[in-house]
Formats: sequence, structure tokens, C-alpha cells
Amino acid sequence: MTLDVILFFILALIAVASAAGMLLSKNAVHAALFLVVNFATLAVFYLILGGPFISMAQITVYTGAIMVLFLFVIMLLGVEKLRGEDKFPWQIPTAVVLAVALLIEAGYFLFFRRVPVDMSGTASLPETFGGPQAIGSTLFTQYALPVEIAGVLLLVAMVGVIVMTKWNEE
Amino acid sequence: MESALFWEWVIKSVVILLIMLTGFAYVTFYERKALARIQVRIGPNRAGPGGWLQPVADGVKLIFKEELIPAEAEKVTFVLAPIITAVPALIITAVVPWGETVSIFGRQVSLALANINVGVLYIMAVASIAVYGIVLAGWSSNNKYAMMGGLRASAQMISYELALGLAFAIPVLLSGSMNLLEIVQAQKGFWYILLQPVGFVIFIIASLAEVNRSPFDMPEAEQELTAGYHTEYSGMKFALFYMGEYIKMIAVSSFAASFFFGGYSGPGVDRWPWLGPLYLLLKIAAMLFWMIWMRATLPRFRYDRLMAFGWKVLFPVAFADVLLTAVVLVLMPQAAGAALFLPLLVVNAVVFVLALALLSMGLGGKQHVA
Repeated sequence: MTLDVILFFILALIAVASAAGMLLSKNAVHAALFLVVNFATLAVFYLILGGPFISMAQITVYTGAIMVLFLFVIMLLGVEKLRGEDKFPWQIPTAVVLAVALLIEAGYFLFFRRVPVDMSGTASLPETFGGPQAIGSTLFTQYALPVEIAGVLLLVAMVGVIVMTKWNEE
Repeated sequence: MESALFWEWVIKSVVILLIMLTGFAYVTFYERKALARIQVRIGPNRAGPGGWLQPVADGVKLIFKEELIPAEAEKVTFVLAPIITAVPALIITAVVPWGETVSIFGRQVSLALANINVGVLYIMAVASIAVYGIVLAGWSSNNKYAMMGGLRASAQMISYELALGLAFAIPVLLSGSMNLLEIVQAQKGFWYILLQPVGFVIFIIASLAEVNRSPFDMPEAEQELTAGYHTEYSGMKFALFYMGEYIKMIAVSSFAASFFFGGYSGPGVDRWPWLGPLYLLLKIAAMLFWMIWMRATLPRFRYDRLMAFGWKVLFPVAFADVLLTAVVLVLMPQAAGAALFLPLLVVNAVVFVLALALLSMGLGGKQHVA
């Protein structure tokens, strides 16, 4: 138990530091790399929570595919250096207001609306919890419709991209 | 956790890392010798008897070479990139089973290091991280050739990762598990190469592209890009890239052996479990020879053809193969092994014809030169 807590705080520190690094770095490639570290830390969190499938999916999809594409585009366009002038002057004040609101909300729930967490169930998780078979059968029975809708949505996006690239050739 | 179990894992990990590192050194020797024989030469024969100490001499030379960092390079990423390339290559083989349980000093030890139920996904996840090392090496060198090499590498690896993932899905479908130990056990007596020859061909083509081996070694095509992403690297940093490439070759060979050639299984392995690692090593050596043979035989692809082949031929073929295999498995839920041979033979024939048709359509016509 204590080992878990220590591990959690180390990972939390890495996650927060990499998120802050992403926001503060002046170089777009560095920002993307900080985000990669953040995603990878999240994957380790899933692993600690007993979800090997979602952890591996997190790394494959976000760290491995999406962020590589991000990096690819940044390098291809040569926009590593962020320009000095601020295009959106309202951005920082809005962000500060929203962050304070979120902190107040979280603090309220943490200190005043405390719900006792039932920890008794965690020790008796089934062996297959979070495994590929369990997730697969849940996705294609209980959540079949949302999965299909998401699939169609992705297909539409893909067809849209192909149509847009072909448009210019005529 | 029991502390003896912890130490067992540590010892097994260290042993596998040592096998990989020695393996790397001798795969370079193996490649130079085999290439030399194919080209009617003798190959390295000066260091030690028959040249067997050549890898040691190479290692010593690389350690003492001067390390250069270009003045305009991004220092931190420049140093990180070779590490990011080498580490995934070293850890990716953790899920490959080397055999079943053996007893060492009266203790029952499983020869599968990480016996996890998401083994195949683990391979995909770690392989996808390996792209970063090459991309970052290209970018941080601040050199146009290196940059082009890095961009080519990322485009190529992302494109072929799709076909590779679908090729992984075939043994997963056939065995009904993502655990490599169970995939190997499901092949006892009937290897998946017999059920899915086309799936195996897709797998080896995609994995050759994934490890940037010839004929897919675009990122380091020397007549176009000097040495691609590792142009600016020297000394041990270059050695790490070199190591990453060869260890990935070993890893890919061990996956091919586990997914399509029955992994550690072979005659007599049930009675003498120590034969398991030996069989796996033999299968890996055979796959490595095939890769070296390919390098000696085939010229490099042109880059636009490489991308066209990946997207217009390999990916649809892999998709059709997975789809039709899944249909057969749904129609014959009880069948396994030899009973699936004929239906899957039909599937493979259909997919093969499709592959030929796509090849003549996708690559035969007029090409847009990029």
C-alpha cells in the first residue's frame, strides 16, 4: 500500500511537471515531447489501477500514433520556434479564471462534500479485470451502438479528408 | 510480493538483456560473414580465430572514437535520441516466451519473462515509441539530410505500422489470445505459417519496413541522404543506433518465430524443456539469415513507391486477410489447427489474387513523382 502511494506521488509529480513544461516551453517540438511524457505517465497510472489493456492502448494510440503525427507536422512545416507576439491576449486571463474555478470546485468536493470511498471491493477484482477479452465483450455487447457510431464518425472524417485533398486537383 | 520471486524476475531480465546484447554483437558479425559469402568474399577474418573477435574489436573502436555534437544541434534531444531508439528495442522482447517451466536448483522457473494477457498490444506500444528516437535524431541534428531521413522514417513507420498491426491480429484471431505463451501453445503440432502463409508474408514485409531494413532502408539511403538520421552521430551514440537496429532485427525474428513458427515448440520439448530456448534460437537465426539474404538480393525501393505499396497494396491486403479469416473463424467456431487448413487455404488464395490485382493497379500505372 505505501509503495503504491510513493509511486503515485512520483508519477503525479512527473505528470504535473511535464504538463507545465508543455505549456511553458517556447519550442513546439519540446512542448510535444513534454506531452508525450505526460501521456506515458498516464499509461503507467492505468497500469497501477489494474487496466493493462487501456494502458497499452493509451501508449499505442496517443503516444505512438497521434503525437508522432503532431511532431511530423511540426517538423514538416518548420514551425518549431513560437513567435514572440501574443495573438490571443485574452487567453491567459481566461485560463487563470477557469483554473481558479476548477480548483475551487475540486477543493469543495474534497473538503466539504466528502463521500466515503468503499475500498472493500478493490481487493476482490476478478482475474480478467481490464483484460482484452473483458473489454472486448463489454464493448461489443453492452456498448455496441456507441462503438458503431464512433466507427462511422471516424470513417466519415477519413472520407472527408480524402475528398478535400482530391478537390484541389481538378 | 515474495522477495525470491522478485529476484527471479531481476535475474531473468538481466539474462535476456545479456542475450540481446551479445546477440547484437554477433548478428553484426553474422551479417558481415553472410553478406561476404553471398558476394563471393571471405568477410572479416583477422581479429581472433576466423574473425570471431571482430565484434569485440568494433566495440572497442566505437568506445574510443571521438564524440561530436554539432554546434547548432539541440543538445538535449541530440543525446536523448539514441537512448530512445535503443531502450524500446531492448525491452520489447520481454513478452516472448523462451520455453515452459524448467527447474533450476529445485526451483520451478517459467521461461516466459512477462506472461501478460496484453502481450501483442505491448509489442505494438513499444514499437510505436521507437519512432521517436529516429525522428528526434533527424530533427535535433540541425542538418537537412538528417531531417529528411527523420521525416521519411516517421512517415514510413506510421504507414507500415497499420499493416503490421493487422498482421499481428491474425495469430491473435487464430489462437483467441493476446498472450504470446498461449499463442505458441495453440500452435503445438500445427504452425500458423501453414494456415496463413499470406499473413506471414504481410508480417515480414511490414516488419522489415518497421525496423528500416533493406529494401526499406529509406531513412538512411546513402546516395540521396548521406546517412539519413544518423549522419551527425559518431562514437557510442552511433553505436546505440546500430544496436537498436540489430536488436530490433532479433526482436522481429523472435516475433515471427512465436507467431508463425510455433515459437519454442519442437520435437521433444515436452520431455526436455531446455530444448525450448534452443529451438527458438534456431528459428531466430533462420529468420535473421532471411533478412540478410534480402539485403544482399533486393535493391532499395524508391520512396514514393514505398508509400504507395504500403497504403495501396499492403494495407488493403492485410485488411482483407483479417476480415476473411475472422469470417471463417465465426463460421467454424469449434475448428482448430488442421481442420482450418482448407477453408483458410481458400481465404489465402483469394487474398493472394487480390494482392496481385492491387499490385498491378496500385504500382503499375502512372506514378506521381514526389
